[in-house]
Amino acid sequence: MVQAAVQSANSVDQSGDKPWVGRSIERVEDAALLSGRGRFIDDLGVQPGTLHATILRSPHAHADIVSIDVEAARRLPGVAAVLTGEQIKAVTTSLVVGVKAPVECWPIAVERVRYVGEPVAVIVATDRARAEDAAELINVAYRPRAATVDPLGAIAPGAPVLHDGFPGNLASDRAFRYGDPEKAFADAPHRFSIDIRYPRNCCTPIETYGVVASHDAGEDAFEVLANFQGPFSIHTVIARALKVPGNRLRLRTPPDSGGSFGVKQGVFPYIVLIAAAARVTGRPVKWIEDRLEHLTASVSATNRATTLAAAVAADGKILALDWDQVEDCGAHLRAPEPATLYRMHGNMTGAYDIGHVRIRNRVVVTNKTPTGLNRGFGGPQVYFALERLMQRIAIGLGLDPLDVIKRNLIEAGAFPYRTATGALLDSGNYQDAIARAVEQGKLAELKARRDAARAEGRLYGIGFTAVVEPSVSNMGYITTVLTAAERRKAGPKNGAQATATVGLDPVGSVTVHVASVPQGQGHRTVLSQVVADVFGLEPKDIRVNTEIDTAKDAWSIASGNYASRFAAAVAGTAKLAAERIAGRLARIAASQLNVEAADIVFAKGFVASRHNPENRIAFSRVAALSHWSPGSLPDDGGQTIRETVFWTPPELTPPGEDDRINSSLCHGFIFDFCGVEIDRTTLQTRIDRYVTMHDCGTILHPGMVNGQIRGGFAQALGAALYEEYAYAEDGSFLTGTLADYLLPTTTEVPEPEIFHMETPSPFTPLGAKGVGEGNCMSTPVCLANAVADALRVADITLPLVPARLAELVRGAEPPPPAGGVAAVPAREADRRLRGEGQASVRGTPEQVWAMLLDPATLQSIIPGCQRVDKITETHFRADVTLGIGPVTGRYRADVELFDLDPPRAVTLRGSATGALGFGSAEGRIMLAPDGSGGTKLTYSYDAAIGGKIASIGGRLLDGATRVIIGQFFAALARKAGGGGASGGFSLFALLAKFADRFGGRR
Amino acid sequence: MKPPAFDYLRAETVGDVLDGLAQHGGDARVLAGGQSLMAMLNMRLAKPKLLIDIMRIRELRKIERTADAVVIGAGVRQADLLAWPDLAEALPLVALALPCVGHMQTRSRGTICGSLAHADPSAEMPLALVALGGEVLLRSARRRRRVAAKDFFAGMMLTARSDDELIEGISLPVINGSNFAFREVARRHGDFAIVACAATKTPSGVRLAVGGVADVPTARDWPRLEGSALDDALNAFAYELGARDDVHATARYRRDLVRMIGRDLIGEVLR
Amino acid sequence: MTRLKSDVRHPIHVSLNGEPVAGEAEPRTLLSDFLRHQLGATGTHVGCEHGVCGACTVVVDGMLTRSCLTLAAQVDGCEIKTVEGLAPAADRLGVLQQAFRRHHALQCGFCTAGILMSLDHYLARNPAPIEAEIRDLLSGHLCRCTGYTPIIQAALEAAAQLASSKKETSDA
Repeated sequence: MVQAAVQSANSVDQSGDKPWVGRSIERVEDAALLSGRGRFIDDLGVQPGTLHATILRSPHAHADIVSIDVEAARRLPGVAAVLTGEQIKAVTTSLVVGVKAPVECWPIAVERVRYVGEPVAVIVATDRARAEDAAELINVAYRPRAATVDPLGAIAPGAPVLHDGFPGNLASDRAFRYGDPEKAFADAPHRFSIDIRYPRNCCTPIETYGVVASHDAGEDAFEVLANFQGPFSIHTVIARALKVPGNRLRLRTPPDSGGSFGVKQGVFPYIVLIAAAARVTGRPVKWIEDRLEHLTASVSATNRATTLAAAVAADGKILALDWDQVEDCGAHLRAPEPATLYRMHGNMTGAYDIGHVRIRNRVVVTNKTPTGLNRGFGGPQVYFALERLMQRIAIGLGLDPLDVIKRNLIEAGAFPYRTATGALLDSGNYQDAIARAVEQGKLAELKARRDAARAEGRLYGIGFTAVVEPSVSNMGYITTVLTAAERRKAGPKNGAQATATVGLDPVGSVTVHVASVPQGQGHRTVLSQVVADVFGLEPKDIRVNTEIDTAKDAWSIASGNYASRFAAAVAGTAKLAAERIAGRLARIAASQLNVEAADIVFAKGFVASRHNPENRIAFSRVAALSHWSPGSLPDDGGQTIRETVFWTPPELTPPGEDDRINSSLCHGFIFDFCGVEIDRTTLQTRIDRYVTMHDCGTILHPGMVNGQIRGGFAQALGAALYEEYAYAEDGSFLTGTLADYLLPTTTEVPEPEIFHMETPSPFTPLGAKGVGEGNCMSTPVCLANAVADALRVADITLPLVPARLAELVRGAEPPPPAGGVAAVPAREADRRLRGEGQASVRGTPEQVWAMLLDPATLQSIIPGCQRVDKITETHFRADVTLGIGPVTGRYRADVELFDLDPPRAVTLRGSATGALGFGSAEGRIMLAPDGSGGTKLTYSYDAAIGGKIASIGGRLLDGATRVIIGQFFAALARKAGGGGASGGFSLFALLAKFADRFGGRR
Repeated sequence: MKPPAFDYLRAETVGDVLDGLAQHGGDARVLAGGQSLMAMLNMRLAKPKLLIDIMRIRELRKIERTADAVVIGAGVRQADLLAWPDLAEALPLVALALPCVGHMQTRSRGTICGSLAHADPSAEMPLALVALGGEVLLRSARRRRRVAAKDFFAGMMLTARSDDELIEGISLPVINGSNFAFREVARRHGDFAIVACAATKTPSGVRLAVGGVADVPTARDWPRLEGSALDDALNAFAYELGARDDVHATARYRRDLVRMIGRDLIGEVLR
Repeated sequence: MTRLKSDVRHPIHVSLNGEPVAGEAEPRTLLSDFLRHQLGATGTHVGCEHGVCGACTVVVDGMLTRSCLTLAAQVDGCEIKTVEGLAPAADRLGVLQQAFRRHHALQCGFCTAGILMSLDHYLARNPAPIEAEIRDLLSGHLCRCTGYTPIIQAALEAAAQLASSKKETSDA
């Protein structure tokens, strides 16, 4: 398949009279990137004397910070400062919270941690390694609190509360009603509903966050270089947090950024943190996030619990929808959240003509990493519910799923079409797109493949999805979270200012600057095409700069790289700026060529008369005139040196009194179908064919459009099959390495079959719409529909982990053999390891008891114990080194004896905390005479481990925990064997066996 | 994410290594290919005071074929063994399993013995060692000893190696006239196994070795079994391995794979 | 036997893309950091520092090497090849690099250096690869932008071109 495609890619037309826009020219960005000359943030030099920061993070999901002892860390050579929440708070103010509530949001934990990975201290030193050395010397005492990680659990009565200002963990609860949904449901012959748990995942760019900050105390002004992606509305949040006006926060971006997909919006709390560190130390401070930090604590998409119901006619026509969405934004509601929930608000009816809609939107906080921008932004969550429901309706009514989709589509003649919830769908022909996809994508052949596979007993299924892909966000959509009255009070918010500057220098060469902050998409190339077309030049003649410097460049709150706004808004604005200059140049040339301005054309490097092409003047000559001879410009012309255009579409109006919101400007259309096969043994899903049809309006650069589609598809495939930011019920984060958070690789990602049609947007200067996020919305649910079809199951939860599918389709497991080993009891959701057992030993209970209560014995049986401090008769503190193979760490352990009932029973309760995490265990040991001079010993235990080791060593954790417990009992056994009071006391053998049991092995 | 501070010793001879280990014991770690150890150092999971780099010691880089065994030195990289011309003929099971170890970019540096020293219960080479009944050649300044595969793995990332011992090499028997089968299920290509199974035909029947389920790779010998007797044996074995849940798979799923893949592989080698 | 003390910088000499260069490194300094921050060869990127993403892949003495899983001290005296050494001239790209540009086989370009190094190393030894082999090789790299297919296309096309140019050379 790929080898065949190689041929066609060579025949790209690189010259000729055709417009440059629409051609897949080679990217101007690539030569540097391919030869190691990219300029990513960590590739750039820093001012001599710049310090390096590392961040100590919480191992607990929810705990009070009792104390932080930083003295040893501060004393380490090379360490300049150790900043805790207290110091950061002294020089900053709380970050703005997206809803009206008495809640603070700091970039570092203040008195309390609310998610694993929350910053607790910033360590600034001469280099990163030394900063990390110092971080290990910080001693934080935590008082753990109960955690809540499930959005529905968090709002259930009695759940632990994260913020007093969010009673019941509910940050927002809004109900919306459009049309008459109650009547539609009452009248409809059928009602279908579906419950969805959409998981947490993240587009995880390969380059992590980076910030370099400095502070000028004289002017109280900050300079920050960060691979931030926008939206620059966040600039106001950062400046406010740093307690300076916007003009004292100079925020710049590096020339290159290693991918973002929304994620690098989330660097902003770290900008505040590192800038504050620069202010406190008086030195430039640099921080490059590492991968463990990124996975644990950068940002994630929201997970969401959705119940969606539809009122449906007998023919499958949907009469009304009833949405109940509970959005989990993690531990803090960081700007711009709860935007993920409202981004799709105008599009809650998808590609369908549905007149009546009811929505309840709740936003909750849980003990997980705060959420933020992520490719697809709200779309995956909405379409997973809607398109799964479409399949349910078809099955329920005995209809073909594709027929149900088609029956509900918005009519081709209805555009621009206003959805029930307020979106103005600009253009499209959904019926035609589907017809073409079915034909070109060979759906009939795929169905035959399915039939053949099924006839052989294989598990094969087909899925469909139709999706409207919104792009160019209305900056006012987020205010839909407020009531109309609150909005009136706050003042209107709407629009989406795009900016572009075109400049001509004294030799007439052209420079373009935009505030689109590309993170790999190739904006520089496309802009060179757009502007070259306006000026009749070649793309190589146009230099494009996409770095942003808020102190010098034209920007607005909508600036940045998000909401697929580049092609539709930014490229169009660059065209407008170039055209404005071209109009003036035409007047200048007209006067020099003695023709009417209307007769002027720009072509092949010349400005010429359309009627007499020989009558012409070099572009560069006309272009330079403003510099060299402004006096000879026509009076009414104006300068041609530099033109900045701000463009905002009038269609992006604020939410109405009725809560209708045109949340986005453009609406592309995607229709996907796919065939998957599921292996009967492994239940692994193999994508056999994937067809994706796109209508993104006018295509500016086909190669890049396909690149966006393929990239989104691969990320969506990851979300569907592999990726989940998994949390245990106690809030432990379980997927903290790239060996546990699984990104698809070359061997997992097939080539999707991509088809296009172009229905230009009437609302954008170039007719283009966004295309970058669509497959993140369509592909997860398309694959889920196919898997549901293959397995004939009703409920599918992402990711499609084979073991989960096994639970859906496999019957009762063969029982263990009689008299054999039973299955290890399934671990309970709280991740605690539990066990129990009993045995008989020689020696009296009194003898065994004496050993257990002897501090010296205790000291010698705690693994790796270096010293024991006796706090009371039954309470000890110890420094211990625990290790499994090479994995070792120092811990402070606390052991208490409870419920002493000599010589019959004692409870040992211990906890340990160290750089690798924390653990706690409790064991009850009961002694009783066995009637023949020995002791019958019964024990039970219960252990848990959390923190860094749980995040990065999850796969090995259970085994490791058992080893540690085994070490304890083996040591106890050795001690007993060596120091046993009675000769022949065989506690050693017993406890060795014990250790084996604890080890969970045969 | 930078390693903690340690001294680095570039050993030129085995004697250098043994002296270093004798002197520093558990505070020293042998650095071979580094594909597991370096990641653990970067994450600060391991904190040795001394790293002893053995990769410039020529005598450890040898693959030696004897009459009935192949001896693989501590410095032999996974890629070296894959490129060894006799591999498929002498060690067909290893030839099947080795391409599943990590990726080409890690096999090029990672060593066979390093993987064994790391003793990850999901790793392929420990499984192969157990399935073949190989031996680990340990050497300290005091003594040399050979430890059978089944006695070498003591638990999750724990082995019978003493702190002063170097894994000098391993010896894998060349088993003529047998059949071998290997299959691994991982979430993605190149990941650690959720379940890996290796089957070999033995004179009296069949051996099935399983990795990824128990804390150590575990082998079981059976006479020729068929039908429900084989099902029962596999079912009992699956339970005895003590499978547990993690984020990638459930215990039940692992037992299912042991039963199903075990049966397939046994069928293959006895065919 | 050489013993390098912790917390002290020691001189490290290597050949980088054919040129002898030197820098200083503590025993714990990773090769990735040594290349980038001591030698200024910032084309090699760091994406995960636990050996999974492949962005930092370089070639050391003919071996594909995760530079984040390698100490600078380990490569003292070795020959290192990085992305900076791939182009035949500063203003000209090599065959593989050109194929990447033609096929839009990169977007952000952050992971690209490692992928190029794996391919450059592999194609020199395997001049006629099939798609499955390239996919197997590159499964040791993570790319979040491209969906991989254009990378596979570029690799196959470059392999074909390299093979034909080699053939032309030998024919002549």
